[in-house]
Amino acid sequence: MSKEPKEPLFSKKNKKLVTEPLADNNPITVQVLGICSALAITVQVNQAIVMSLSVLFVMMVGNVIISLLRNLIPSRIRIIVQLVVVAALVIVVNEVLAAYMPDISEKLSVFVGLIITNCIIMGRFEAFAMANKPWPSLIDGFGNAMGYAILLIIVSVFRELFGSGTLMGYQIFGDYIAGNGLYEYGYANNNLMILPPMALIIVGIIIWVQRSRNPSLIEEH
Amino acid sequence: MKFLEKILHKNESKFEKGGKLEKFYPLYETLATFAFTPKLVTTKGSHIRDAVDLKRTMMTVILAMVPCLLFGIYNTGHWAEVAETGNRALDYWSNCGPKFLTGLTVVLPIIVVSYGVGLAVEFIFAMKNNHGLHEGFLVSGMLIPLIMPADVPLWMVGVATAFAVLIGKEIFGGTGMNVVNIALTARAFLFFAYPTSMSGDKVWLSGNEVDGVSGATALGDLASFMSDKPVFESLAAYNSEYSFCESFFGMIPGSIGETSTLACLIGALILILTGVASLRIIATFFAGGFVMGYLLNLMGGNPYLDLPACYHLVIGGFAFGAVFMATDPVTASQTATGKLIYGFFGGVVAILIRVLNPAYPEGVMLAILFMNVMAPIIDHYVVQANINRRLKRLKTT
Repeated sequence: MSKEPKEPLFSKKNKKLVTEPLADNNPITVQVLGICSALAITVQVNQAIVMSLSVLFVMMVGNVIISLLRNLIPSRIRIIVQLVVVAALVIVVNEVLAAYMPDISEKLSVFVGLIITNCIIMGRFEAFAMANKPWPSLIDGFGNAMGYAILLIIVSVFRELFGSGTLMGYQIFGDYIAGNGLYEYGYANNNLMILPPMALIIVGIIIWVQRSRNPSLIEEH
Repeated sequence: MKFLEKILHKNESKFEKGGKLEKFYPLYETLATFAFTPKLVTTKGSHIRDAVDLKRTMMTVILAMVPCLLFGIYNTGHWAEVAETGNRALDYWSNCGPKFLTGLTVVLPIIVVSYGVGLAVEFIFAMKNNHGLHEGFLVSGMLIPLIMPADVPLWMVGVATAFAVLIGKEIFGGTGMNVVNIALTARAFLFFAYPTSMSGDKVWLSGNEVDGVSGATALGDLASFMSDKPVFESLAAYNSEYSFCESFFGMIPGSIGETSTLACLIGALILILTGVASLRIIATFFAGGFVMGYLLNLMGGNPYLDLPACYHLVIGGFAFGAVFMATDPVTASQTATGKLIYGFFGGVVAILIRVLNPAYPEGVMLAILFMNVMAPIIDHYVVQANINRRLKRLKTT
């Protein structure tokens, strides 16, 4: 059995695992996975950040666990094993949030629990962690979770800013009730921004911009 | 006309390839073909000679909208005066000229903004994609002002128009490729984005509400029957405020161009006679509304449910939606049977939303958008049914 040459920790290949999901292979805009949560919890930046951190944790730890177990998991029941791992991690996240950030946990409600069904996580387990060593899996988990996080935060910035005139809960456009700041000049909060359809439209516009900048992403018909 | 032709002809070289103003060719092309039939002739294949092209069709629709527009301007002027004086009992036909002028000062800016913003977006895309300015917006640009409440802020009209043209149309590939009606997209945008000024229960929000003019539309008053605090005590009281005749002629507050069922019917006549709009859709849309209204009558229970079915057809934007919105050839069903189903359910859903959902006093917009989305499915099943029928016939013989 020949031994493979040892790879440096941050080889080119590993770096690519982080950079690719951020843009050209973004899990949301290119692979179009995990859309449901992107639509549901992007009303406020706070929620988006907490959600991103939760996914980051579940994704990285889960990827490592699956990668460590990859040779032990019988392939016929692998999906169930993956589910058990992700469910256990999500329960941990949920309990931590409920203990330390009760208000945000309440707002995120079922969506933290629904990380279990997030296609990005199952997709990475299946496509990457099942076939790679723990270290690259960790990096891959980080990259994909960050790709998810970036999009969530971009969408939520637009939605919170134009929908409620705030960012992370701070008044940006002035106070709506007092009517100062931009409100004084006739700015009115756009309610559509708070409704889920607008998240879909914003994600759509981001995909549009991304594809017109990088035509290689456009599928052939 | 000769004079215009001369000017266009003289400047043509400037806009053609290599000319000084090459970039603005789409603009020139639009103006030239707007006035005269294009000089381009198909060279290959069989083709039909017809003076009617897309621009001529669109102009017919605009023409059909003129009665609605003129009446809308007058009606707006009348209610502006009512809002100003606070006298609800103001004689409708007195003081015609000044009322029309007041209406004009309200309506004209909305039309200008709608066309300006919409055409600007279209023009950017036309230059970018190197094609002529499409004529689709000619109609949408006129429909948008007609379905706006009269005192809608102009910036809202602009934002909504830009949104509708961009998201409703250009994203799908421009004129003829849109899934849902552009003008209704604009209204739906405002409806959800700024619900306080668009929900269809009030116009003249900024009006003089303290002096006994609530600014409510017939629909808003009717919807209050569904709540605990109705505006009117009974249907008879409602009837004295908005009689059937007044509603039919459009002498009631409402969005700019939609109040007059008579004007809409004149438009419908023009559209049907010229073959632009489908009689099937218009007729079944009214039929669907009537049937649903009648079913609600049977159900009964409160004055709104007891409202005679024919009333439903003359209040709100029902007639306007049936004539100008549902018949949009791009978004409606294409098959003959499909049109019947499409129109009928459009009418049914419109009344259903209007009556049973107090949050949405005006259901026509949502009903038509809903049916727009359903149209391809309807067509699919109609075509499949036809294929199956013919296959069956083939087998039996």
